[in-house]
Amino acid sequence: MSRPIFIYVTYINSTPGRVWQAMTDPAFTRKYWVNHRNASDWKVGSEWRHEDYDDASLVDIVGQVVESSPPSHLVLTWASPKDAKDPDKVSRVSFDIEACGDGVRLTVTHSELEPDSPMLSGISRGWPLVLSSLKTLLETGEPLPGTLVKKAKQWS
Amino acid sequence: MDAVFKALADASRRQLLDRLHAENGQTLGELCKGLDMTRQAVTKHLAILEGANLVVARRRGREKLHYINPVPINEIAERWIGKYERHRLKALSELKRALEGSNE
Repeated sequence: MSRPIFIYVTYINSTPGRVWQAMTDPAFTRKYWVNHRNASDWKVGSEWRHEDYDDASLVDIVGQVVESSPPSHLVLTWASPKDAKDPDKVSRVSFDIEACGDGVRLTVTHSELEPDSPMLSGISRGWPLVLSSLKTLLETGEPLPGTLVKKAKQWS
Repeated sequence: MDAVFKALADASRRQLLDRLHAENGQTLGELCKGLDMTRQAVTKHLAILEGANLVVARRRGREKLHYINPVPINEIAERWIGKYERHRLKALSELKRALEGSNE
């Protein structure tokens, strides 16, 4: 059985540099990613951790930086800390940030997932929330949106 | 956002999304199986779903695989639901649990 793949795409009225920063800068991630940071130097071969912003001992996800070309392409391995040494439970996430019209097309591809795993179920609920929250933060400056979207033109 | 509502306002297209939700990454041929629709009709519906960013197509060799992209649906939900911080926080706490891998 092939390993499940999920592909998420969102169009954001922003620039590739800002989107890259929003994914890698703790001051940004804490606002839209449940008070968490993505900690790494983002160099190929380096470790990265998805951890609580205020308590770095609470680590949710760990992995390695596989590819890194700021601000357009980032590939990470992804696992729960307890599963990090089990190749069957290590998945892979690619971020592709492309200029598109006046904005950015952000594609998150989560592959090599373990079939029917808690991680698969978790990410398939998590990514749509994280990505729409990221979009809202970058477009409105607010992670908690009101009923009215400030931008006249909606991307989607 | 209009494109998302238009795409969702058709039972056949919702059925295609259901099938991708059940099994992500299908070819046109796989999607056509067991459906009471012509191949041309499915192609047309998929184009509308792609145009609304609800389906993302990815080439694998000669095949074109189709993936459901629920992000725009979440954006719609946020527009009216996100006002209420309480709900928002509930969603975020669910997200935290989800990302931590504890299933439900």
